[in-house]
Amino acid sequence: MISLENLTKQYGATAVVDGVSMVIERNSITVIVGTSGSGKSTLLRMINRLVEPTRGRVLIDGADTTGEPAHLLRRRIGYVIQGYGLFPHRTVAENIATVPRLLGWDEARIRIRVAGLLSVFQLDPGAYAHAFPHQLSGGQQQRVGVARALAAEPAVLLMDEPFGALDPIIRAKAQDDLLDIQRRFGTTILLVTHDMDEAFRLGDRVAVMSHGRLLQYDRPAVLLTRPADPFVSRMTGISDRAMRLLSLTTAGEAALPGASDGPAVAASASLREVLSELMWCGAESAAVMDADGTRRGRLTIAAILARGRPG
Amino acid sequence: MALTVPRLRRLDPLGALLAVAGATAVMFLPFVIFKSNRVVPGDPRGLLEVLPAWAAFACQASLLLAATAALGVSNARVRLGAALLGVTVVALAVAAAGDALTPAGNKVVRVAPGAGVWVLLVCLGLLATDAITRMRPGPGRRVLFLAVFTAAAGLALAHGTFDHLSVMREYAVNADRFAREARQHLWLALGSLAAAVVVALPIGILCHRVPRLRAGVLGTLNVIQTIPSIALFGILMAPLGALAGAVPLAAALGIRGIGAAPAAVALFLYSLLPIAANTVAGLKRVPRAAVEAARGMGMTNWQVLTGVELLLALPVILTGIRIVLVQNIGMVTVAALIGGGGLGTFVFQGIGQTAIDLVLLGAIPIVALAFSAAVVLDALVEVMDRARQ
Repeated sequence: MISLENLTKQYGATAVVDGVSMVIERNSITVIVGTSGSGKSTLLRMINRLVEPTRGRVLIDGADTTGEPAHLLRRRIGYVIQGYGLFPHRTVAENIATVPRLLGWDEARIRIRVAGLLSVFQLDPGAYAHAFPHQLSGGQQQRVGVARALAAEPAVLLMDEPFGALDPIIRAKAQDDLLDIQRRFGTTILLVTHDMDEAFRLGDRVAVMSHGRLLQYDRPAVLLTRPADPFVSRMTGISDRAMRLLSLTTAGEAALPGASDGPAVAASASLREVLSELMWCGAESAAVMDADGTRRGRLTIAAILARGRPG
Repeated sequence: MALTVPRLRRLDPLGALLAVAGATAVMFLPFVIFKSNRVVPGDPRGLLEVLPAWAAFACQASLLLAATAALGVSNARVRLGAALLGVTVVALAVAAAGDALTPAGNKVVRVAPGAGVWVLLVCLGLLATDAITRMRPGPGRRVLFLAVFTAAAGLALAHGTFDHLSVMREYAVNADRFAREARQHLWLALGSLAAAVVVALPIGILCHRVPRLRAGVLGTLNVIQTIPSIALFGILMAPLGALAGAVPLAAALGIRGIGAAPAAVALFLYSLLPIAANTVAGLKRVPRAAVEAARGMGMTNWQVLTGVELLLALPVILTGIRIVLVQNIGMVTVAALIGGGGLGTFVFQGIGQTAIDLVLLGAIPIVALAFSAAVVLDALVEVMDRARQ
């Protein structure tokens, strides 16, 4: 658990981050979203003390982060940035081994860890361990950047626009991979983005920032249905907020008992996808199927539409 | 010679120029200069006058071959082979002329290569370097070429092939001093470089970290660069002389107003700008994301500097060191004027005595040293750059 208490960063008279307090739950993905200049990156960088706060403090599992030298703190916290910052003069394996080397792991343990991470991130160790970063595609570089950040098994992972340089198809894949990684390692992830779709797709909770202030911090559905500030509704988008809301719920969660002679849809599909499918087929209801092929229930258009309304 | 080549359209322009210059040299310029002693004016001799007819013919045939390759062959290996054949033949012919014109046991007679030989060697040298450039050899191959050429020249010198030529006559008289001055030359060039690296690297790092300092510091170093070397020696004489007078230890260390001390200090000062400026440029080139990531992962400032920033800047810093090394090897020559020693001693002595052979005894090794240093360091820069692009 990470607690930010009245965190403030001032440069001269201007507060880049202004009195932000929030609690980040363990084993969750929290997304900080805001326009450029909103202070979201500075907030992130105050957690690993790349920026020292002017006021306020950061507690990780109850311990103040100023209790140890900053470089030791950072070795316990994963960090991924836009552009990844891979070391061009070091191989992929050496890049991934950076923090374990700093922590003085023995070589055998490092080798096993690097090989394990390469396979988790779908990079064939034989082909890529000794490649240099410039020989990789953008998507591969991004995966190496995340693998490097996770190498020393940090409990917390900070990510600053980690997918900003990827094209849309690779970005979607990278986002799915991140959700997998989070489930697999149970890492507490704090991610900064300016992309609301990304925030809704990844975030268990989403924090909206503007001009250094935290405007709202809640589950995505609450941001849509009960925005605390006009800026939040502008960020979440008024014109398609109903569709956004539908995309937050899966067919499995919304399925009602009963049979349907309409099209079969996967329980993992979002209501937005089910609605689209029903409109396309001209059907009134869909049969919701689990991954193993058993029938979970049915969904009618009326039931879906009811889910797209606030409250 | 150009007239014998049938298809003019495929003539190599550089080759044509070199062939015409070489042919002119062979036909109109003296091959060797014969002097009955060291100071009398020389007497020009042509190739046919000094060598047996068969040898002169073989020499001319080889040069014709080289000219043909230069004119009409595009294969770089053939061109290089032809140029090296030409260099070897000319060198051996000059050596043979020296042997032929020197009566047995006579140490007074001087035989020097004539203008024709120098022009031929320049033409063939250009042909060879052009061929090597066209072959685009990697850094390792270039150093290998240099090593093979140096070894061949060294073997010929050790074997005494050129012992009857005037430069080697000067060497025979000055052998002890030559070794000492060559060591002094290298010591001044490399010592001032090492001191400059130790000082300029931190200056460069500081200028990178504190941009406000950059213009002032680099500007000051730039002003030092513009002072002519003789003037700088003069400027340094007074303070170093005063230092030696006031501090006995300094005098005991050999620091005086003249001699090696002001030369070393001047070379050191000249070396600062290229190294400091290239350190700044190299550090500026380091990707900011890599530095940010290094800090974010918990490297200490020292680890970021030595493990990431300086390593990534190294090719550019080495380029600065290359500039300084080549510049120093040349500039040490002038140090001889204030008693600093080095190979320049022979150059200025030779000028004083109007003994051109003595000038060459100093100048040829200086040029060879500077050239070798440039080739080796260029190769090193390329290797570093390739591994870190």
